[in-house]
Amino acid sequence: MSKNVLTLSNVTMQFGGVVAVNNLSLEVNEGEIVSLIGPNGAGKTTVFNVITGVYEATNGSIELNGQTLLSNYPKGKMKKLYAGENKGLYTKTVVKTPDQITKLGVARTFQNIRLFKSQTVFENVLVARHLRRTSNLFTATFKLNYKEEAKMRSETLELLRIVGLEDVKDEAATSLPYGKQRRLEIARALATEPDLLLLDEPAAGMNPQETDDLTAFIHDIRDKFKLTILLIEHHMNLVMDISDRIYAIDFGKLIASGTPDEIQANQKVIDAYLGVTEDE
Amino acid sequence: MLEKSKKKINLTVSTILIILLLFGLYLMELFLSPSNMIFIVLQKGVIYALVAVSMNLLNGFTGLFSLGQAGFMLIGAYTYAIFTIPNEARTAVYQYFGGGLIKFNLPVTISIILAGVMAAVFAFLIGLPVLRLKSDYLAIATLGFAEIIRAIFQWNALGPITNGSNLLRKFPSLDSTGFSKWIQKITCDIFGKTGNVTGATIYAFIASGICIAIIVLLINSTYGRAFKAIRDDEIAAEAMGINLAKHKQIAFCISSFFAGISGALLAMYQTTIQASAFKSAMTYEILLVVVIGGIGSITGSCISSFLFIAASEWWLRFLDAEKYVGGVKVPFLRSGFRKVVFSIIIMAIVLFYRQGIMGTRELTPAGVWNWFKKTFIKSAPKKSKEA
Ligand SMILES: Nc1ncnc2c1ncn2[C@@H]1O[C@H](COP(=O)(O)OP(=O)(O)OP(=O)(O)O)[C@@H](O)[C@H]1O
Ligand SMILES: [Mg+2]
Repeated sequence: MSKNVLTLSNVTMQFGGVVAVNNLSLEVNEGEIVSLIGPNGAGKTTVFNVITGVYEATNGSIELNGQTLLSNYPKGKMKKLYAGENKGLYTKTVVKTPDQITKLGVARTFQNIRLFKSQTVFENVLVARHLRRTSNLFTATFKLNYKEEAKMRSETLELLRIVGLEDVKDEAATSLPYGKQRRLEIARALATEPDLLLLDEPAAGMNPQETDDLTAFIHDIRDKFKLTILLIEHHMNLVMDISDRIYAIDFGKLIASGTPDEIQANQKVIDAYLGVTEDE
Repeated sequence: MLEKSKKKINLTVSTILIILLLFGLYLMELFLSPSNMIFIVLQKGVIYALVAVSMNLLNGFTGLFSLGQAGFMLIGAYTYAIFTIPNEARTAVYQYFGGGLIKFNLPVTISIILAGVMAAVFAFLIGLPVLRLKSDYLAIATLGFAEIIRAIFQWNALGPITNGSNLLRKFPSLDSTGFSKWIQKITCDIFGKTGNVTGATIYAFIASGICIAIIVLLINSTYGRAFKAIRDDEIAAEAMGINLAKHKQIAFCISSFFAGISGALLAMYQTTIQASAFKSAMTYEILLVVVIGGIGSITGSCISSFLFIAASEWWLRFLDAEKYVGGVKVPFLRSGFRKVVFSIIIMAIVLFYRQGIMGTRELTPAGVWNWFKKTFIKSAPKKSKEA
């Protein structure tokens, strides 16, 4: 088996009294495309927010390539309030900020597109090269880093070419049609040089044709950038098509995991989720 | 390739324009009376332009709302004055405090830089706790800081250093620097007499110009792009690996650094300083300059700064003087009326030009040329991107 890239162990995220993610454990291995599915409000986006450090999980641990991104246990007012499982299993606290986690090789896109609104397509991607800079404030201000700057720009252009946005590079990011904005978000995430890419509903708002293109595109970038991908999606065709493995959650809890065929045949998943989406 | 040559032309044109500007200032000093209002407008205008640009770096480009500009200017002005008052003048200046505590002085340029450094150090200390909070707190904290620092500098116990609530004076002003001696000497060599030339306006322009140029370079660097990313979307910026706390701290310290320098220049312009003058009203004036010029536009801040100073110090002055036409007193014209008219004009601008004069655009030689071509030479291709 190939090596583990991401490991979540007993992760619980509790907001006040709401347990959004409950004792979730999952693994993503190198080169895999893994999907996270579940009904609305199941806690999928919250899982992403916990992995990327936007929220500090209440309990559990997360590792990336063997390095601890998070380890936490209920403390403060959560000590009393905690409604999850495995209380007392973890005793160490490790918390990393989102920017540190991105530097370690996790990049993401957002369910509600979050582009830099006042900036062009090109600038949106260019700024994501900032974290790999070797220049400091002084050399950057006085243009002593011109070689690196030129490299950043050519790499950005290359990325835009790969994702097919080269022709709109000078347009305002928000003027693009929806599908292209999603692509731009992916390009921006790729610019941070991730090992692991998290895609939150990349096909949302796309028509069937665009969705098919997206499937090919995700395969493409996985191979080209040697990525491991974890994605959240409601388009079941896409999910079943693209995934090596699938995790299904409901009310924050894992209800099933396995290959697309196994998931499609799983009664719990059909009851909680698949049955519902087919009606929609 | 084309882009590169365009950049080169832009740079050449800008350099020529700057040289022409400085030469023009020199001619003005040579031929105009030193009491001409234009010098006040130019000197104070360019100093305000610097502090407005420094505020814009924070408010317009990083999305942090700070109201501490007057406080940082005060620190800069005092640092400059304290270290440059000539030793022989200290007994007179610090007459109530036994000639003061500090018995040495530093060169003007070093003191100006030190003024910026002191302001940046204070900014760093305030930033440590405050920048981690939501950005509204920064406005409150910096406003509070500016008020407190003003009180501290007037505190008698610190008199041996700050001269308490008394004036600081006799430090080198804009027209008594090494530069002004040099330019007077050159004038004397050429024309046989120095005339009215002091180099004061040129000095203010060069000093502020260098600082503004550095800020522009910073904004156009990879750090500047990170600032803009933070302004547009903090969560996305952080997800792109931008360390929010660090970058906000950098922007805040640099903004304060240049506010400190503009404080030093203001001291040089005024020739005397007093802590009580650095009120929050001063911060609001600067904020107005930024808003009128366009939040996020450097050239906007510069243009509006000169307009603001010209209007408040010169064009609207007549409103404060009582006037009789054919024996009848003109209504309204009396001391204080200027402020009323001024406020109305500003309200009108803020109401009808939400974006300020420039919005977030910049005025560049190429932009002006394109505009010129488009307006006056109809056949020109429409390619202008900037204003
Ligand atoms: N910051 C927060 N504070 C309180 N509750 C939250 C917070 N973030 C998420 N939740 C709650 O956690 C639950 C899971 O939300 P989440 O956004 O993760 O769902 P999701 O699976 O992504 O749903 P969708 O498919 O609609 O995107 C919801 O009940 C939501 O209200
Ligand atoms: Mg979601």
